[in-house]
Amino acid sequence: MTAIRVALLAALAALIAVPWWVPGDYYVSVASQILIYAIFALGVDVLIGYAGLVSLGHAGLFGLASYTVAAALAGGSGQFGAILLALAVALAGTAVFAALSLRATGIGFIMITLALGQIMWGLAYRWVDLTNGDNGINVASRPMPFGLDLEVATNFYFAVLVVFLLALLAAWIFVHSPFGASLAGTRDQPRRMTALGFHVWLIRFFACMFSGLLTAVAGILFVYYTKFISPPSLQLTSSAEVVLMVISGGSGTLLGPVVGAALVVIVKNVASAYIERWNMLLGAIFVAIVLFMPEGLVPGAPRIWRAVLRWLRANPAAAKGAAE
Amino acid sequence: MTALAIHQLEKSFGGLRVTCGVDLAVEPGERRLIIGPNGAGKTTLFNLVTGELRPDRGAVALFGAELTRLPARARAHLGLSRTYQIITLFPKDTLLRNVMLSLLGREKRRWNPLLRLDAQRDLLERAEAALARVGLSAKARRPLAETSYGERRRVEIAMALAQNPRVLLLDEPFAGLSVDERKDVQKLLAGIPRDVTIVMIEHDMDVALDFAEKISVMHFGEVIVEGTRAEVVADKRVKEIYLGE
Repeated sequence: MTAIRVALLAALAALIAVPWWVPGDYYVSVASQILIYAIFALGVDVLIGYAGLVSLGHAGLFGLASYTVAAALAGGSGQFGAILLALAVALAGTAVFAALSLRATGIGFIMITLALGQIMWGLAYRWVDLTNGDNGINVASRPMPFGLDLEVATNFYFAVLVVFLLALLAAWIFVHSPFGASLAGTRDQPRRMTALGFHVWLIRFFACMFSGLLTAVAGILFVYYTKFISPPSLQLTSSAEVVLMVISGGSGTLLGPVVGAALVVIVKNVASAYIERWNMLLGAIFVAIVLFMPEGLVPGAPRIWRAVLRWLRANPAAAKGAAE
Repeated sequence: MTALAIHQLEKSFGGLRVTCGVDLAVEPGERRLIIGPNGAGKTTLFNLVTGELRPDRGAVALFGAELTRLPARARAHLGLSRTYQIITLFPKDTLLRNVMLSLLGREKRRWNPLLRLDAQRDLLERAEAALARVGLSAKARRPLAETSYGERRRVEIAMALAQNPRVLLLDEPFAGLSVDERKDVQKLLAGIPRDVTIVMIEHDMDVALDFAEKISVMHFGEVIVEGTRAEVVADKRVKEIYLGE
């Protein structure tokens, strides 16, 4: 247990020290992007990992929050007002989203969320008066909380880090609560949970709302990060990418989505500078993860590590050879 | 007042009538056994009582409270618990966690997203007590996946009892158990106090007939005979069903 704690503290220290150990502002921005997607992936993991519901429409909710900020700012709203409005609109959107999708579970749930996500994308693309269509909406400036200038990459990173840590803490409290246990119960045995007196539908609905809240927070940070929002952010591929982050990192864990987000964002931004076909690299990595640790990187890596140690102990000669 | 009153209950799946006007009245504290050949509609009757299925006609009442239109979850809160013929537990969780979920089902706390479940001392203690009652204290912190089939049957019963039910429905609690395990469960059921009314479906006549005061025999969705052990065993129709005379 203590080993895990030390590792977590080391990771936290590394996150805080990012501006000092990464080479330049560009990479600080990549770190911000990782954390934003980590919050998004946490939101999706609440549904995939803890509720057993796979959503392929979350980019629609993410985009709803982003577009609301951008449109409110373009309409002359203040930063604080725009953020509050985005949270309210995204949560209202999530409620509708959940009410419609929770008529089904399994494949049915996936298909309804997919359709809803596509509707959001279609609206962003076609409702030109509000969304500026294909051209997207620019955001002129980032907010200045407590006089801190978020235009500076390092400052923005720290603001995102604080929000990320709060989101992670909220998710931790959520999954360890009685409600979190009820939710996991509805994932494993919905019928039994009903017989035990649980309101399965309403539990799933509230889980969707929490997932939507995290997604909205990520969407708001994202629009300030890119200072621009356009329809591709709401595409099916964006939704699928987050699902892949969750699954590759390890669904049903809190660190899995964070690791998955780091993996995808790093391959996309860093590896793409060196390899033209970075998509293929990402695909190969996913295939390798699914083959060797289908439960995801976070639960899978320790298992493989233990297996390697066991093998080395059973074959001392090989261990010696490896050491030499 | 009758603990469980079933009146003219009917249910069809398409053209197949699985429950055809069943009447049943179980008194408080009674031990009632429901027997009948496969496909007689026994489990369907349980599903209608707990609300997992909706009846086409008829009524179900628990201590005078009308259940027929209530959703299944609300019936649990009125004091109705059941175990399943096919074990439905939470395999990844520990035995303690399984029972805690059952306790949580009757608590307002189940909605709370801010508390820590593991810090709810009273729930932990009650869950431990429920497991002690079925003789599984030593394994409380093991994952359910590491327990034997017989132990899982006992966890099912512990979960049902943990909810302090007024009426307990047991769906084949002896199914698939070894002779020794049967004796354990039998002893366990005999130890349940009389403020819990028990209705049991069972095929194992040796164990079940000793347990019940009154027996209802079902055949093709109907209760065809009802009475004491001696009456039922002596009945001509029961002999026909079971011995094919």
